[in-house]
Amino acid sequence: MNNYETVFIATPVLNDAQLSELVGKFRGVITENGGQIVSQEDWGLRKLAYPIQKKSTGFYFLLQFTGEGNIIEKLETQYNRDERVIRFLTFKMDKHAVEYAEKRRKNINTKKEE
Amino acid sequence: MAQNQTEIRYLNPPTVEVKKKKYCRFKKNGIKYIDYKDGEFLKKFLNEQGRILPRRLTGTSQKYQKKVATAVKRARHLAILPFVTDLMK
Repeated sequence: MNNYETVFIATPVLNDAQLSELVGKFRGVITENGGQIVSQEDWGLRKLAYPIQKKSTGFYFLLQFTGEGNIIEKLETQYNRDERVIRFLTFKMDKHAVEYAEKRRKNINTKKEE
Repeated sequence: MAQNQTEIRYLNPPTVEVKKKKYCRFKKNGIKYIDYKDGEFLKKFLNEQGRILPRRLTGTSQKYQKKVATAVKRARHLAILPFVTDLMK
């Protein structure tokens, strides 16, 4: 059971309903193949450093999950098929990365409470 | 000819660059993981054109320089950092 972190960028032309449906779809892909979602973050609409597919902004989503290795192959085929996702990156986290993610989540929550 | 060589007087003594001992900031503050998602931190390792600074300038050790390089490349892939710009900072 390894830890993975995936970030993907969705096209800015989507409205909220389509966005949540998109994220739900990828969460489904993970949970169906025996993965467990640890946390999800959406950074909302952000300016891209360079235009991708002629678009200069995009919706960023981060999903941290644990699971077997074969999930990634399925997840990435879904990413490639879905044309609303313009860029994605999955990353296998080592123990330092997992610690860092917990610490980051803690101070994000504390910031929210203030 | 040789006399006026020695007669050159500087108004103020030339400031010789004092050699600052470079250290690896990751080893010093014990940072173990470099996150590819926060662009602000990674920008310290890029020059104005957005290129990765070499170790001889930043003084980081090879192990952490590789981690910085992969983190920067991932950030560039996710359009958090640009590949090339003219005025970064």
